[in-house]
Amino acid sequence: MTDKNTGETETMERIQNASIDALRCIQCGVCSGSCPSGRHTTLNIRKLVKIAGKNTDILNNKELWMCTTCYNCQERCPRDIGIVDILLDIRAISVQNGNIHPEHRIVCEMLLEYGHAVPINEHTRANRVNIGLEELPETVHKYEDGLEEVKSLLASCGFRKLIEQNES
Amino acid sequence: MKELSLFLGCLVPNRYPGIELATKLCLAKLDIDCTDLAGASCCPAPGVFRSFDRTTWLTLASRNIVLSEQMNRDMLTICNGCFSTLADANRSIKEDKDSKEDVNRHLEKIGKEIKGDIDVRHIIEYLYEEYGPEKISSYVERQLDIRVAVHYGCHLIKPTKERGLGNFERPGFFDELVTALGATSVEYPDKMACCGAGGGVRSSMKDKSLKMTEAKLSRIKEAEVDCIVNSCPFCHMQLGEGQSEIKEQMQIEYDIPVLHYTQLLGLALGFPAEMLGIDTNIEKNRKFMDILDAGMEC
Ligand code: SF4
Ligand code: SF4
Repeated sequence: MTDKNTGETETMERIQNASIDALRCIQCGVCSGSCPSGRHTTLNIRKLVKIAGKNTDILNNKELWMCTTCYNCQERCPRDIGIVDILLDIRAISVQNGNIHPEHRIVCEMLLEYGHAVPINEHTRANRVNIGLEELPETVHKYEDGLEEVKSLLASCGFRKLIEQNES
Repeated sequence: MKELSLFLGCLVPNRYPGIELATKLCLAKLDIDCTDLAGASCCPAPGVFRSFDRTTWLTLASRNIVLSEQMNRDMLTICNGCFSTLADANRSIKEDKDSKEDVNRHLEKIGKEIKGDIDVRHIIEYLYEEYGPEKISSYVERQLDIRVAVHYGCHLIKPTKERGLGNFERPGFFDELVTALGATSVEYPDKMACCGAGGGVRSSMKDKSLKMTEAKLSRIKEAEVDCIVNSCPFCHMQLGEGQSEIKEQMQIEYDIPVLHYTQLLGLALGFPAEMLGIDTNIEKNRKFMDILDAGMEC
């Protein structure tokens, strides 16, 4: 069994490494002012940048997942901080700690099974034929060996394990 | 400039086949040498997968890129999300030796290797850079006398440092490709605002993402346009299906047709709307068909 404390120290180190860039933040608020999500949700990206490397609480912060990755904040930040990159890295650490939205898990399971986040359905198959396309597109939907390759890579990268391990 | 391979992604072939057909018809009509990229998968989408695990994201993207490398063709995308993933991944492979080695260790297991010797293009960027509005207009068979709200979407131009397509605050290239077809690109507030779908927000927080969409649609409505034109099937879905979802959740009704640029271009190149999937994909587009029919009569 891994020592819980050791695990937490490691996680903390990873969060700190991911957010070194955030230390240059002057808390000017240009990022929040530019954020389309912040206008309609509780996401306050300026605050997230402020607490980014401070403690592991951020991993449970729901606001992490309210960002549409539109890059407005990053584009306008006067300190040129890679805000979205930091956020994505922290999201990944959060996922490794088991925080996965059920809907996101479904999308991941689709990828694992079909090689597509949005696989084809009966309706589209019929629609394709109606407009004169082949029933299946020239993707892994049609090429079984291609799908096998995708599955091998998902296993090789540990993605299958990441999703299945965290299954509730 | 190399020949192209067409990367379909997920939403276009699996939900909006009309966009796939429109793309193929347009490319053929413009004499662009582009073949299918057989055996490609999800790009994988930047929102969720890149957030979950960067190595997985980069490796799957690299497999898709390798398929195009093997044909010695540049890759053409018709989706901002695919463009974001594939262009960013391709750049990582070209610029970062460690990432490349890391990815190739995984790819080796399926007998593949990424070299980093092709480019990834987006159809809007490609048409603008390689053809330009003037040349496009020389192909137009049917002037589209309509008012259009152009929606660039986020990942076509941002991050601007990496994309190199100029400033994101007031870009003009997409508008120029629309006006090349005879249409008017109407200015409207919050034109560069996000559709609300990206980053996995649509899938896990539909209500929040629809609030962003509603804000954008209300601005477009005020501008009195005949349709919205986008360059991304995910924005297409959010701004299109989103209208029915908004009606259900907020009892606000919008009735704005939504087209992918390839569908608008297809019309201008003389293809009938039925061939371009304009009538089937989004319910609201029935209204657009009426506008077109009215235009034909006079
Ligand atoms: S815009 Fe940049 S410097 Fe200003 S608060 Fe946001 S992250 Fe900090
Ligand atoms: S990238 Fe995310 S945090 Fe930044 S402005 Fe866009 S939605 Fe807001």
